[in-house]
Parts: sequence; C-alpha cells; structure tokens
Amino acid sequence: MSIKYGLLALLSDADAYGYQLRSRFESATGSVWPLNIGQVYTTLARLDRDGLIEGIGTDGDGRAMYRLTNAGRTELSGWWDTPVAHADRPRDELAIKIALAITTPGVDATAILQTQRRETIRHLQDLTRVKRQSDPDDLSWRLVAESLIFAAEAEVRWLDHCEASLVRHGRTRKTKPGNTSGAADGDSVKDPQATEGTTR
Amino acid sequence: MSIEAGKHRPPEHTGQVLVLRDVVRVHGSGDAEVRALDGLTISIAAGEFVAVMGPSGSGKSTLLHLAGGLDTPTSGTVRVEGTDVGALSVSGRAALRRRHIGYVFQDFNLIPTLTAAENVALPRELDGTGRKAARTEAMAALAELEVQDLADRFPDEMSGGQQQRTAIARAIIGKRRLLLADEPTGALDSHTGEAVLEVLRGRADAGSAVVLVTHDARFAAWADRVIFLRDGTVIDTAGVDSAEELLAHSR
Ligand SMILES: Nc1ncnc2c1ncn2[C@@H]1O[C@H](COP(=O)(O)OP(=O)(O)OP(=O)(O)O)[C@@H](O)[C@H]1O
Ligand SMILES: [Mg+2]
Repeated sequence: MSIKYGLLALLSDADAYGYQLRSRFESATGSVWPLNIGQVYTTLARLDRDGLIEGIGTDGDGRAMYRLTNAGRTELSGWWDTPVAHADRPRDELAIKIALAITTPGVDATAILQTQRRETIRHLQDLTRVKRQSDPDDLSWRLVAESLIFAAEAEVRWLDHCEASLVRHGRTRKTKPGNTSGAADGDSVKDPQATEGTTR
Repeated sequence: MSIEAGKHRPPEHTGQVLVLRDVVRVHGSGDAEVRALDGLTISIAAGEFVAVMGPSGSGKSTLLHLAGGLDTPTSGTVRVEGTDVGALSVSGRAALRRRHIGYVFQDFNLIPTLTAAENVALPRELDGTGRKAARTEAMAALAELEVQDLADRFPDEMSGGQQQRTAIARAIIGKRRLLLADEPTGALDSHTGEAVLEVLRGRADAGSAVVLVTHDARFAAWADRVIFLRDGTVIDTAGVDSAEELLAHSR
C-alpha cells in the first residue's frame, strides 16, 4: 500500500499538516497499519515536488499546511477508479482503500466495492482456467493455485460483507458537491501499478 | 412463433437458448408489493455457462423459475429456444420443461416415495423412454455424480449432500438444452462441489446453456460470465463475454 494515495485521500477531505495526516490515517484504518512520521514527511515532500499537493504556508504554531492540487485530485480519482491489481499486490492496500472510501466524503464506496468484486472474480476465472488446464497429478502446483483461489474467494466474501454492512448502517456515501469522486477533474490517471491481465 | 415475431431481431440473438427481455415479476400488491425482478434483460447462448450472484432476495431464484417455465413474468418476455414461454399453455410449459430444461431446485424437490434411481429416471420415462433404458441412463447420471451406490435408497435415507447430487443427476439426464441450477453446491463439501462444477462445465462445453445461481465466487468462477443482481436488476457483469451483455443493455 502506498502511503501516497492515503495522504492524497485525506487531503481531498481537508487541508492538513503532517501530524494530522498521520493521526487521521490511523483513525480511518483502525490503527492496523501505524505510520511513521518520517515516512509521512518524505512522502509529502515527494508529492509537493510532483505537483500533486502544494504548501499553503504555516498555521499559528508554525506547522506546514498542505492542500491537494488539481493534478493531485486527478491522480486520486484514478486510484479510486482502478481496481487493485492482483499481480504483486501489497497485502493491505485493498482493506485500506475500502476503509478510506468509507470515511472520505464524496466517494461512492458501493461502486468501489463492485469494481473490485468484478476484478477479483475475473482473476478467479483466470486462476480456475489455469488450474483446470494443469496436470492433475501435479498436486503441489494445484495446491498453490488453490491457495490463490481460496484467497480470492475469501476476498469476494469480504467484499460482499462490506457491502451488506454499508447497507445495514445506511452509510453509503452520496456524492457531495465540491468533492471529487472520479469524473470531476477530467481524465483519470491510471495507477501504473494497476496493470490489466492478472494471470500468473 | 411469438407476439414480437414481426419486430426486428438483432442477428446475434439467433443461437440464444435463453433470452429474457425487460422482464418484471411483481409479487403481491399495494403495500405488500415486491418487485422480485425489475426490468431484467439477459441472453445466454448454446454452450455458454453463466453464473448469477447477488444477495439474498435479489431475485436469483425468481429468475430461474421464469427461465424454467415454472412461473411467468408480470411483463416482458422469456424465450427458451425462441419460444415465448409466457405464451404457452400450462401443459405446453410442462412439455418444454420435460424436453429441454434440466432444473436443480434450491431445496432439491426429490419425490420421497421414489428411490434415487427412480427419481432420476422419471423425466426420461415421462418423455417416453422405456423403463429399462431410462434406468440405464439414470445409473450413468448417478455415476457422474458419484452416488451410483445409493441408487436404491429413498431420499430420507440419504444425507443432504447425497440428495443434492441425486437432484443434479435428475437435471442432467437426457440431452437438455438448458440447465438451471439454484445453489447446487449448497450442501456439498469443497471437493464434491467441484465435481458438480466439473459436470456442469462439461455440459456447457457439450453445447447446453447453463445457468448457475451461487453465493460462492469460487464456483461462479467456472462460468464464462458472471452476472451480479441487486434488487431484481443486473448491476454488473464479469467475464470474457461481457461485451454482448453490455450491448444488450444499451439497446
Ligand atoms: N411467492 C412470492 N410471494 C411474495 N414474494 C416473493 C415470492 N417469491 C419471492 N418473493 C420475493 O421476491 C424477492 C426475490 O426472491 P428470490 O427467491 O428470487 O431471491 P433469491 O435471490 O433467490 O434469494 P436467496 O439467495 O435467499 O435464495 C424476495 O424479496 C422475496 O421475498
Ligand atoms: Mg434463491
């Protein structure tokens, strides 16, 4: 999971300084993935250099405040719109993405869940096809394929569960004016890591 | 052949075994009204294996009931092999079911007073196949589901999973053009479930159209196409052949 998109998502909600971003990230994701403040500052510097955020001076206590640029918004909508690819996926990105989608105003979490479900099922179809074509006597290979199949199945069950929970709590976010949920800032920038074609 | 016969039909719809167009099914009325299906359009070709997923109450069984001629739509059309099911008489629908459709019910629906083999052979006998030939076919179908040893047991002498496999054997016997299976793996362990998918996949590869309702993504992934239902409509499709489905919707 790149801290990059986490910070962009938080800044799309409100301008903030480094420490705020760290604590908001941790509260949004249930403190399961603690951030080190050094990482936050390095990432902010890189985002600033790339024009995705900009410094807007310091607050009363001299802390550097940041806000999202238009380029940053476009980059962020690209992330929301693109399913997390299965190839070399950093383990927790999906859970973090969903946690942030639920806490970030203007993001349609239900749509993100369905985009992910479609991608994961497509991945499962690929794995199933590969497994069916494999040598039935090669048990060790089959068990490895099945570990991927069961993991993907579990992910779909978890996505189903997330959707049911959203419905139950009536927390499906409606698009709020003044916030981006994808279409507002022109063409989405695709995450270069999120490549198509997930057969391994 | 149908009410719509004069209308232009897109050429890609020839070869479609099952076509549902703008199908609405309303149960009850007034405050108790439930729109179990709310404008559903899908088509499934010969040789195609489609899985249907969706939360409880989203209309999956209703869809299969309509496709299987067990129920008729409030509006819209259901065609099996080009025949408008809604325009058939009750006996016409029964004949269509017997000849062309294999149905696995969510609750098995085995006849309690018949043995496993008699249950499986019944649709063939009703269709005019002789008793002995029907029994031979039934034994082969039971063997495919690995329950041939239970051929002479009655349903209440079998486990849930064994009854389920018997119900599947009954659905696949004969050359059915359309197989409809409502949670056929619900009572099965993961290995037996996979054996069932192997059988359904094999029928699709041999040219039948197969529709599988399942909550289980691992089994849905055997299908060529996965349709997602919510509140009686298709909200999304996954799989290699989704382009046609999208076309069907944009029309
Ligand atoms: N005969 C009926 N009378 C009234 N309502 C009905 C009837 N049959 C189905 N419904 C309603 O229609 C909706 C769709 O039911 P359906 O059985 O198709 O759901 P399903 O997707 O198969 O659910 P499950 O996963 O629980 O089997 C539900 O709200 C159900 O209560
Ligand atoms: Mg049902």
